[in-house]
Amino acid sequence: MSRYIATRAIRGANALVTEAERMFGKAMADKGPETPVAFPNTAYYLPLIFGMTGQQIETVGQLGPVLQQARALLHPIPAPNHWTPYLGETLDSGMATLLAAEVIEALRFVYDLQPEPMAGFHLAGGTSFTSPDLGNGDSTGNGHDGHLNGPIDDIQLRTWGIQLVDGRMPGFAAIVGAAKSNEVAVKIVRELQRRNILTFLSGNVNGRSIIHQLHEEGVELGYDTYTVPFGTDTLSAIYALGFAVRSALTFGGMKGGMSREILMYNKERVFAFVLALGEVDDLKYAAAAGAINFGFPVIADTVIPEILPTGVTTYEHVVSMPFNEIAGADDLERAELLVQKCIEVRGVKVKVANVPVPVPYGSAFEGEVVRKSDMRVEFGGKYSRCFEYLHMVDLDALTDGKIEVVGPNFDDIEAQGHMDMGIVVEVAGRGMQKDFEPVLERQIHYFVNGASGIQHIGQRDIAWIRISTAAADKGFNLEHFGKILHARLHADFGAIVDKVQVTIYTEPDKVQDWLAKAREAYDYRNKRLADLTDDAVNEFYSCTLCQSFAPDHVCIVSPERLGLCGAYNWLDCKASFSINPTGPNQPIKLGSQLDGTKGYWTGINDYAERASHGKVGEVSMYSIMENPMTACGCFECIVMLIPETNGVMVVNREDTSMTPAGMTFSTLAGMAGGGMQTPGVMGVGKFYLVSPKFISADGGFKRVVWMSSVLKETMADEFKLVAEREGDPDLLDRIADERSVTTVEELLAWLEEHNHPALVMDPIF
Amino acid sequence: MMAKEKKTPEQLSIDPAAQEMLIRAEQIGVGTAFTRAENMAPCNIGGAGMCCKLCGMGPCRLTKEGQTGVCGATIDTIQARNFIRAIAAGSAAHSDHGRDMAFTLKAVANGEAEGYYIRDVAKLRTVAAHYDIPIEGRAPEEIANDLADLYLAQFGQQRGEVAPLKRAPAKRQKLWRDTKVVPRGIDREVVEALHRTHIGDDQDPEHILQHAVRTALADGWGGSMIATDVADILFGTPAPLLGQANLGVLKQDMVNVIVHGHEPTLSEMIVAASQTPEIIEYAKAAGAKGVNLAGICCTANEILMRQGVPAAGNFLQQELAILTGAVEAMVVDVQCIMQALVGLATNFHTKIITTSPKVKIKGATHIEFDEHKALTIAKQILREAIDNYKNRGDIQIPDVREDLVPGFSHEYINYMLGGSYRASFRPLNDAIISGRIRGVAAIVGCNNPRSQHDYLHTHVTSELLKQDVLVVQTGCGAIASAKLGLLLGEAGLDKVGPGLREICETVGIPPVLHMGSCVDNTRILTVLTQMVEEGGLGDDIDQVPAVGLAPEWMSEKALAIGTYCVASGAYVMFGGSSPISGMPDKVEDSDIVLRYISEGWEELYGGKLEFIDDPDEMIARTLAHIDKKRAELGLPEYDPQRFGRSGDARMRELEALPLAERQAALYGTPGK
Repeated sequence: MSRYIATRAIRGANALVTEAERMFGKAMADKGPETPVAFPNTAYYLPLIFGMTGQQIETVGQLGPVLQQARALLHPIPAPNHWTPYLGETLDSGMATLLAAEVIEALRFVYDLQPEPMAGFHLAGGTSFTSPDLGNGDSTGNGHDGHLNGPIDDIQLRTWGIQLVDGRMPGFAAIVGAAKSNEVAVKIVRELQRRNILTFLSGNVNGRSIIHQLHEEGVELGYDTYTVPFGTDTLSAIYALGFAVRSALTFGGMKGGMSREILMYNKERVFAFVLALGEVDDLKYAAAAGAINFGFPVIADTVIPEILPTGVTTYEHVVSMPFNEIAGADDLERAELLVQKCIEVRGVKVKVANVPVPVPYGSAFEGEVVRKSDMRVEFGGKYSRCFEYLHMVDLDALTDGKIEVVGPNFDDIEAQGHMDMGIVVEVAGRGMQKDFEPVLERQIHYFVNGASGIQHIGQRDIAWIRISTAAADKGFNLEHFGKILHARLHADFGAIVDKVQVTIYTEPDKVQDWLAKAREAYDYRNKRLADLTDDAVNEFYSCTLCQSFAPDHVCIVSPERLGLCGAYNWLDCKASFSINPTGPNQPIKLGSQLDGTKGYWTGINDYAERASHGKVGEVSMYSIMENPMTACGCFECIVMLIPETNGVMVVNREDTSMTPAGMTFSTLAGMAGGGMQTPGVMGVGKFYLVSPKFISADGGFKRVVWMSSVLKETMADEFKLVAEREGDPDLLDRIADERSVTTVEELLAWLEEHNHPALVMDPIF
Repeated sequence: MMAKEKKTPEQLSIDPAAQEMLIRAEQIGVGTAFTRAENMAPCNIGGAGMCCKLCGMGPCRLTKEGQTGVCGATIDTIQARNFIRAIAAGSAAHSDHGRDMAFTLKAVANGEAEGYYIRDVAKLRTVAAHYDIPIEGRAPEEIANDLADLYLAQFGQQRGEVAPLKRAPAKRQKLWRDTKVVPRGIDREVVEALHRTHIGDDQDPEHILQHAVRTALADGWGGSMIATDVADILFGTPAPLLGQANLGVLKQDMVNVIVHGHEPTLSEMIVAASQTPEIIEYAKAAGAKGVNLAGICCTANEILMRQGVPAAGNFLQQELAILTGAVEAMVVDVQCIMQALVGLATNFHTKIITTSPKVKIKGATHIEFDEHKALTIAKQILREAIDNYKNRGDIQIPDVREDLVPGFSHEYINYMLGGSYRASFRPLNDAIISGRIRGVAAIVGCNNPRSQHDYLHTHVTSELLKQDVLVVQTGCGAIASAKLGLLLGEAGLDKVGPGLREICETVGIPPVLHMGSCVDNTRILTVLTQMVEEGGLGDDIDQVPAVGLAPEWMSEKALAIGTYCVASGAYVMFGGSSPISGMPDKVEDSDIVLRYISEGWEELYGGKLEFIDDPDEMIARTLAHIDKKRAELGLPEYDPQRFGRSGDARMRELEALPLAERQAALYGTPGK
């Protein structure tokens, strides 16, 4: 701190704690001590308070001790002369500010003042499944309108988990205030999006917030665009720190009250920073002092005192970059340099592929939705056919970078019209293998989605692509799909791919010809995958990608058990190893088999012991009851034993409803994550559910007595095959879900009534 | 040889308050240590360590080439023996202080100490946990009783290792074991030092000096550390507060009581007693506004660090305080109390009150202190002082005082660098690693009238600050800097180099951190250990870019401190003359021991002890050593040009602008 900042931060902290006490007193009188307080969809209570104090706040009355603790952390402002030290005191006052801010936001929920109402505002995505028909698509009125986002829920945190840990999402920016102009506001956010940095918006300067600025400029804000509007006051920035606390609780295996560990985890692993735009007032200084406790530096675009020595943060604590003094040709360039500086100060590692397209490009645009009304043209979907096919050819047969459009472009298609298209990608490289074709092909979804204004859904011959009017107006055309694929395949898979050539077919005959070839290849791959069983290989792969977040967790990926995040199967890991031989995916020689049923191998045990730093001595590949595999925090589903039923339930991360275990997904996730081995609880990828090796040691899929309905529906075809494989074609109908059953008693009754096989199976333990 | 000219007050001290009192002494016609030093030429043979008076066959003065003592003792053996005896006395003084603290803790734990209680339960638990004393679910008194027993046992322990030693860096502990200098019991090492130096015992200088190290370690990682721990537990771990220093803290209209010496047990109780209504009323009844307490020497530091009670001055100001004529009583306990006080006091109304069962001075009033009746005795002493107020004659209190911010315990330093949640030494280590702080100097020790009072301390300190060296101080050195205003946050802005300025401004600290009394030098050992454990500055204390300095040393305790710091890995320089300098220009090899404690010890312990009389040479060597250690750690070369940009200055300029201009300048000025 400097004395100036200490003075203002401590003054702000004192004022805010006093305000929180006043509001608390009012709420106690208005609502009473037993009135519940909670943030929506989180198992971590009021997360900052839970993390820092261990207190599980559920009622208004419980906020009293929190405010006492906040008050005890306050200090007098430094004397004008002959002062005593103030750094530790300011950091403590900053923490008091955060506690008080979370108390205030919680009380605002009680008064229905959060999420902050904003007329005419539409959130780009909330928590819902990623199918265009479920929530994100053209439908409205699903809770996305008329208000800002408020705190991030656990589901979204876990959904982003894999991206946060694998570096695709290198960090987060908490922007507080308002930019110098709307133009600058948009540029700053675009620069952050381009780098896939998650951005949280809050605060205002004299009533005007960056949220207003972006809204006026038509920038989509919400989960889908990685740019989340918390609220237009400074207090809502507390949600960013609640998110930070939960990342330590969710992925770091920490418990509430482990304040120092949580803060150090954030300093070392969560690359976040605060960007203060516009004049900084007492409360902003106070909140910034709170953020510095997390190791998050503060960068301002105005003149404020700088604190350049390091220590509490990894690099500088507070950096002032007066906007007019930034050496850029114009405000846009200055905005770009400002963002660059932020990244440098926090030491964020950013990988940016330079993709030559006329629209902004980055992972932040992956979730962007193109509504029908904003659409220029679509390929696939209800009215047309679209497919994509990647295959390898000889090195000599390709011209790298050659992109050809065979057939008409979409110029002659009417607005909101459709046409058929086939994207054929040919790759060649000395390290390329036929097995990697589907691995690379599946990336087309992410690569194409990265372009702003382009939406990609599905894969293979059910791909569905939309181009927005805005993107088309900027000059985006079919050739650019080729440009994107060429650039990204080189950037991400340069180790195995030397040449990339892309042909886009719209000529109907050609589309049909290539579709036939593609389908032949899909068939071949399906058979190859079916033959690829655990018994057919002599090595599995490790995945320690998440160790940056969950240091003791290690995934073992086998052909019949994909990673729990759903993002890495055995072939992906194999390709990843070829690309980066010292990376997070390493082949594990199985060694000798100790138990074929439960799935024990000497090689796997030795590896788990070493990679988990001695925390996990044995791993059973096929059992939930004995030494189950651990999880980080980004699992797609949780499988959990329901002892009374002799079976297990499966809840997926998008399901926020109550389960028969008496806990929601979020609460259960606390038991399943953090690299702990808990018999009876396991985080898994959803495609593991349909594997023949799914808890095969414990009786397999027939043990599933309850399953979230959304899971049942979205994977209906796959489950149908499983039911047939298990010799009980009606099995799926015997499995309960949250629509009919939310307690163990109801579940037992249901199982009896539907004659579920688990009831007559051998005891599970 | 020319007749020696009498020194002026300005030559005797740089402190204007001291100068004023020296003039008054001359006017009244009384002597002080300053004038006695002028009249007492130091014995050049004893001063060089060349005189042996250990037995009745001597004293033997070895002034000629090849001469030995009657018993055949060579010059190096004699010097080593003289040296270890001084260290033994210093260790004994500190450790006996520690023993009394442990006894007090035992009495408090058993409810037998009137007026005392355990103020810092957190520290009690932390310290007890070092020794695996169970703490969970136990009352503080139970823990304290166990800790007191453990600490008391350290003094008479015969075998094994003294317990606090395990708080040193692991590598250092191993080094001590390998070099066989681990103290077994505190008293045992002092006794053995005396035994070995009896006529006809240990006569191998290196072997004697090996035990000197063991005896000193029994002080630093034994008795002294115990003293600091217990003082913190009983009276509170210091944290910064505002205090004052120099003779100007004495009050014209109050009963002035000066506490002088070293132990906090009695002085803390006098502080408490002076605030009771009963004593305040008693003082008012005597016509005074109240009781004004002030300290001298390390008693001052003890109550200044914890209670903010002002310091009237350092060692050489004890007589000067009496010369004000405004001191009703000077209450003394142990160590560094001049016998001259009693004679001097007869010229005024001041009562010299001795209190320790170990210390009586002929002519002084003796009111023996007993921790079991501490508050009662403290009140009795204060009443004596108040009763004496009416006898006050002509007074002259120099109008010289300076504010200071003391209170830098290692616990607070840890807190101040990160707050309750992120406390650590990381920012300090980072500052050294980056080069904002070039290195650290611990400038400690006494006053010595053989050099200009306070000059060496403050000159060396001021110059090092300009070189971005962070200074920590204890003892009389700290008071010297305090009087010059170096212990204020403001000094961190305008009396330091650019990098150190940034650190001072960031943390809000003075550039000189006052860490306590001379027994509290163990806090510095703890800080160094924690810096090592934090990482980035090597894995042992000898790798840290740090130096220990005692520019105005005079006591045997200083030699013990210097030696345990060397054994802990520090480069230590003493100012003034060496007690074992020898006369190498006259007697060949009469400086073997002097060289051995530098080169020989450095080889063994990584630290070395040297005596440098030129302060500028001391500064040069300090910087050279720091730069050498930086280079060995692979740290960037010190370059002040790289730092100094951050801070409030620009913001203050902006805030000074009229509102409209300020708004315009908020986003900065292009091209700036």
